[in-house]
Parts: sequence; structure tokens; C-alpha cells
Amino acid sequence: MDGIALILLDALLILVLLGLAWATLESRDPRRGVVLFIAFGLVLALVWARLAAPDVALAEAAIGAGLSGALLLAALRDEPEAGHDPSEPEPATPARRRLPSLTNWALGLLCLGLGLVVTWAFVDALSVADPERLAGQVMARIVESGVSNPVTAVLLNFRGYDTLLELAVLLAALLGILALGPERGGYAPAGPVLAGLAGWLIPGLILTGGYLLWVGAHAPGGAFQAGAILAAAAVIRRLAGDRAAGLPQGLALRALSLAGVAVFLGVGLALLVAGRPFLGFPPTWAGTLILAIESAATLAIGATLALAFVGGRPAAWDSPQQRRALDPTQVRNQP
Amino acid sequence: MTTALLYGLAGIGLAVLGLRGSLAQVSLLRRLLALNLMGSGVFLMLGAVAYRGPGLPPDPVPQALVLTGIVVAVSATALALALGRRLRETQDHD
Amino acid sequence: MTELIAGALIAAGILFYLAGSIGLLRLPDIYCRLHALTKADNLGLGLLVAGLVLLTDDLAVALKLVLIWLLVLAASAAGAHLIAGQARRGEGP
Repeated sequence: MDGIALILLDALLILVLLGLAWATLESRDPRRGVVLFIAFGLVLALVWARLAAPDVALAEAAIGAGLSGALLLAALRDEPEAGHDPSEPEPATPARRRLPSLTNWALGLLCLGLGLVVTWAFVDALSVADPERLAGQVMARIVESGVSNPVTAVLLNFRGYDTLLELAVLLAALLGILALGPERGGYAPAGPVLAGLAGWLIPGLILTGGYLLWVGAHAPGGAFQAGAILAAAAVIRRLAGDRAAGLPQGLALRALSLAGVAVFLGVGLALLVAGRPFLGFPPTWAGTLILAIESAATLAIGATLALAFVGGRPAAWDSPQQRRALDPTQVRNQP
Repeated sequence: MTTALLYGLAGIGLAVLGLRGSLAQVSLLRRLLALNLMGSGVFLMLGAVAYRGPGLPPDPVPQALVLTGIVVAVSATALALALGRRLRETQDHD
Repeated sequence: MTELIAGALIAAGILFYLAGSIGLLRLPDIYCRLHALTKADNLGLGLLVAGLVLLTDDLAVALKLVLIWLLVLAASAAGAHLIAGQARRGEGP
């Protein structure tokens, strides 16, 4: 594409992006805000494609736009007042906090000042003459990493410890969600149209998830995108009326959620026992080990995000006594 | 103005918009939207830094950071929604 | 020559999208708006995909593009059915 067309495309993308962000925050109806946020996520995925980041584009479209939007819409559905200020009856204007005018202006100036400082730092950082880029170092040693997709190599090998911690963060968030209360309300059993669509889509999604997991070694893809696709299949099942969202129950579900961290940690410790540094893959085994870790991570991410959509502890998990003991109304009535 | 600078400035604009929204909005959901927008702005800054030009392969390390960030952001959003729901439940029983 | 035809197809697809967007903003009723939107999805995307298929040499890419169109077709049809059903029952927004 020649220069002028590319600049026009960039300008258009950025204008639409900022416009959608503004509209998201300024919309009166919270549901409209969430739908605009989903549209924002999709335009951001286009921007990632423009910036030569196809892995990130896939993840943004699936997780940032799709799953985030589904989560927010599900939360709004059960508590429609979640979007409104509890003290205001029916806001005629967008529900912005009634800050005193001086605080409002001070806040705006503070944010603007912060933005200017960051802009100055950013421009300064970009104007370094011939920077040392990490891309060169990565490409120099990528043959040892066991995969040929540089982003996967960085995520699973060179900076594998960060990914382990990220899976642990996912697990921690899941534990919080499960501890905070029972699952959200279910959906009515699907009519013929949704049931038929789900019947075709869900096997296709599972197949696509498996494909993305496999192809992540040498092309854009990987465990996170594949896990998000599996979670999307679970969301569709729940929307079609299956309260369990297609997930296994009880011990199997617990094992699935732990699989990512467990396998990653297990591989690292096994390598320690074998005399290598923690998570230091030997180059001949690196590809196999990465595939094993990614498979476990895919299942764990899918289960975690699906349970996040379910919104709490599934009803089948606890015995009736446990459910009574953890009910917030019951606890209040105790002497 | 290079592509990286242009998108970096857009990212800074998004982040400032999100920051202001997260402080000034009333309801939890809007604040979560604003925080997500701020996160997207920061990711855009990272992604802009990773872009090296039309011919060259991009820098994979900031892209990996953004990928990690997207997943962490959605899990934090899910936890925040669960916390908000529980908070509203306990307030209703006062 | 191929590029000319492809450009014409893509332009026609964009025209349908424009019509769909104007319909979304200007039509009075939810059913009319759904009608406009699904036309944009089906025909607009179909023409776009047809133009893009002409521009690529790879059979795999062409088949994937057609697959995308079929999936969007199914999803938009199901979505329109669900929204219209909910609106008719009076549960709509």
C-alpha cells in the first residue's frame, strides 16, 4: 500500500478508536456502553493487525472484545442497576459523578498533565538513534527455543516464568470468583434456531481451538487464543440452556482449572531435579515440553474463563449443608 | 510522524481517557469499562513500540507482554464483577 | 482486469454496508432495523469476500474467506431471529 493510503487508514482507525472509547464512557444506557466497548475491541484488533501483531489481534478479538463483552453483558443482565448510580432515580444526563466543578476541572487538568508528561517521555524514548532491539536477540536464539513463532518462543520459553505467573493470576482470580458466591442465573432452554447453531458451532469451535493450539508453534496462535475459543464454546452452551456450560463437574473441573499452573510448575521442577535451571528447557526437548505445557494451559484457560462467565460457584459443587452455611442471608440471622 | 509515534500517542490518549473515566464515573460497570480502556491504551503504547517498520519483523517481547496483559485484564474484570455483585448483595440485606 | 472487477465488487459490498448503517440509524422499528442489518451482513460481506477471493492466489485463503462469510451468515441470521423473537414477546430493551 502506498504512503498516502496508509496514513489515511491509520488516521481513520485512530479516530474511530478514540471515538468509540469516548462514546463508551459517555453513553447513557450501560448496555449500549458495553456493546460500544465490544466494537472498540474489534477495531483495536484491526489496529493490532495493522501493527503486525497477529497473535495479539487474535487474542484481543477473542478475549478483549468477545469474552470481556460477554462477561459485562451477563453481569448487566442479572443486575440491571449495576450500571446506574444507586442514589439517583433516573439520570437524565450520563451518570457522571456530581463532582463539584472545581474538583472536576482539577481532575481533568491532572489527567491532561499526566498525559503530557507520558507523551514527552514516549517521544524521547522513540527518538533514540539506533536502539538495541530485543527482536535481534530473540531471532538469534530462536532455533534453541523449540518453536518458530517468535511470540510463542518469548511467552513459553525465554520469558516462561512470566507466563507461569500469569496462569497463577488467572487461578487466583478464579478462586476469588468461586469464593464470592453462587453462580449467576441460568438461561432458558434454547429454541430450534439457537440449538441448531450451537450444534454446528461448538464442535467447530473445539476444532478451531485445537488447531490454534497446534499452529501456535509456527504461525500466529497459541494457548491463550485456543483457550479463549474453548471458553466461547462453553459460553454458547450456557446461553443455550446448559447450566453446567458443558464443563465437567466436581473433581474433574477442579483438576482442569489447576492443570495449567500444575503442569507448568511440574515441568519446571522436573527440570530442576534433572540438573537444569528452573524452566530451562533442553533444546531437543523444548518443542515437546512447550506443546505439553500449552495443552494444559489451553484447558485451564478455557475452564477458568468459562467459570468466570458462569459468575460464581456452580450449583453442583457443594452439598446442601455447605450451601446453607455459605448463604449470606443465613449468616446474618445467626445470634 | 512515524507509525509507532502515531499509535503511541493514540494509546496515551486512550489511557488518559480511561483514567479520567475511572475516577469520574459513578457506577462500577462504567469504572470497569474505563479501566479496561486505560489498559487497552497502555497495550497500544507497548504495541506501537514493538512495530519496527513495514519490512522488518516486529519486536516479539512487547507483544508477549500485551498478550499476557489482555488475559490478566479480563480475569481482573471478572473478579471485579463478582466482588461488585457480592457487595450489592450484602448492602441489600442491611 | 481482475483487480478492476475485484475493486468493483468490494465497492458494491461497501455500498451495502453503508445502506445497512443508514438503515440502522434512520429506520423507525426494530424489525426494520434488523432487516437492514442482515442485508448488510449477507450481501455486503458476500460481495466483499467475492472481491477478496479474486485478489488472492491461494486456494486455502479463498476457502477460508468463504468460510468466514458462511459463519457470519449463520450468526447474523440466528442473532436477528433471537432479537426479533424477544422484541415480539415484549421483553426487548
